[in-house]
Order: sequence, then C-alpha cells, then structure tokens
Amino acid sequence: MSAPDPLALPGLPKDEQGPIFAEPWQAQAFALAVRLNAENAFTWPDWAVALSRELARHPDDDGSGYYLHWVSALEALATERGLVTAHDLVSRKDAWANAYRRTPHGKPVELPMT
Amino acid sequence: MHDHDHDHGQEPLPDIALRVKAPESLLVDKGLVDPAALDAIVDHYEHKVGPRNGARVVARAWSNPAYRERLLADATAAISELGYTGGQGEHMIAVENGPGVHNLVVCTLCSCYPWPVLGLPPVWYKSSAYRSRAVIDPRGVLAEFGTVLDAETEVRVWDSTAEIRYLVIPERPEGTNDLDEAQLAVLVTRDGMIGTSRL
Repeated sequence: MSAPDPLALPGLPKDEQGPIFAEPWQAQAFALAVRLNAENAFTWPDWAVALSRELARHPDDDGSGYYLHWVSALEALATERGLVTAHDLVSRKDAWANAYRRTPHGKPVELPMT
Repeated sequence: MHDHDHDHGQEPLPDIALRVKAPESLLVDKGLVDPAALDAIVDHYEHKVGPRNGARVVARAWSNPAYRERLLADATAAISELGYTGGQGEHMIAVENGPGVHNLVVCTLCSCYPWPVLGLPPVWYKSSAYRSRAVIDPRGVLAEFGTVLDAETEVRVWDSTAEIRYLVIPERPEGTNDLDEAQLAVLVTRDGMIGTSRL
C-alpha cells in the first residue's frame, strides 16, 4: 500500500512518540532502580556502570532488549550490594510462578504467608 | 457452577515479569523500598516529564536573551528555574546549534539522558547501533534521521555520563518572530533537542 519510508533505513531503529514502557514489568524494573538510588542503596554512577556492563554484552541489541538488560543489571547490583541473595531471587521467582498456578482466575495473586 | 474450575489456576506471568516481581517483593518485604514510592515514580515518568519540559526551556531561551545567557552559563540552574530538576543529581549542559555548528547527544556506554527535560529516551537512543555510530560516523547517523549537513558545518558530538547530561538548543526556525513562548514551544521536538533533527 504505502511507499517505502525513506527514513526507515537499516541500522538505526526509529520510534515515534510511543508508550514510555512497553510492558508493566519494564516500568516496575525502572522504578526499582530509581528508588534504590534515592534510598542510597547505590549511587547513580554505580548504576550506570552496572547497566553499561550488561549492555556491552549485547552489542547487537537494537534497543528493544534494553529493559531486559536493565533487569539483569538490577539483579547483579542488588546481589553485589547484599540487598538480596541470588538464591532468594530464584526461590522468590518460583514462589510467584506457583502462586499464579494456584490462584483461580479473577482472584488476586498473592504469595503464601511464610 | 463448575467446581472443578477451582483447581485451575492462572498461567504465570512471563519469566521476565516474574524476575522483576522477585526483587521487588523481596525488597518491599525487607522495608528497603516502599511500593507507593515505586508507583509514584512510574506515574511521574509516564505522565509528568517528557520532551515538553525541554521544549519550554528552549522556547524561553529563544525569546529571552538573558535566560539564554543563563542557560548557556549554568544549565542546571537555568532549567531548575522552570521547576525541572533531576533525581539523579546530574549536571546539565546546554549546547547551542547555530550557523556552521550542529550538536548531537549520545551516551556511548549506556543510555544517560536528560530525564527532567526530555523524559525517558526513545528506543533508538538505547540501541547499540546509535551508541557506537553516533561517535564514529555522526554525519552518517544524522543523514539516516533525514538531517543532511553541508560539509562546512561542524558536528559536535557530546557523550553523556551518569553525571553530565546535554540538551541541544536547536536553531530557531525562520519566520517565527511573531510567536510567543508557548507557541514556540510547540515547534520544539524531542529529536531536535537530542540533535538528530533540525527544526
């Protein structure tokens, strides 16, 4: 139908004024890093180093994997700083998955009290 | 009623979403973060900050020479005059386009970006291609954005850091002498303030 967009050249992905966060988890991960910095759990330069490290591992990323790398940086920095342990992250993730499987549709998903 | 439905739970969220819920809920349980504060941050970035803030800064600089001087001398202070301040303690620098000079902003290491005035960065700003190529071949990158500069125009590339963020003051378009500040602000685009476009 439409003619090829002359600006849509390969290499640089373009975006218009789309949503800021594509999915809720991106917003949650973003807010967690900003809040932990505000609570002095780490400095913003420390965060930039952690994020840069993750981004450097994905030299082909077109920006769409950005918040995936953001989450990896958050996990790495939070465990480095002793805020959480790697073991707790895994077991808590499993606990959430199980909570979803156990909870009927329409009911709020909650972790069992332990 | 179908009693057996009671045993049917929900499909868990995608793995990545569970990976975020894990540290979030652990940190909330430990009292290290307040869930209401997380909601407030998301609301702030989704609804309250964005390129409109930067556009107001640029429009004021265009129409008020004294403000322009202050912006170029100390952008952090001049921007905070309009009520826009950064949460990460970053230092702002304003760089001005003019005849023979074009400025382009990148963050080669990650995605440092002037959040208080531009909101959160577009996807392409975070791409590996932009982060690497803006420095190596700025004219080529600008051409892909439809910004073709003549050979005499100097391109200045500014590499942001966690501490220093840049805002480009684009050239005021011709024929806008009769416009007031609010009307001028409408003309200022996000990409113009990153430097990938001219107005």
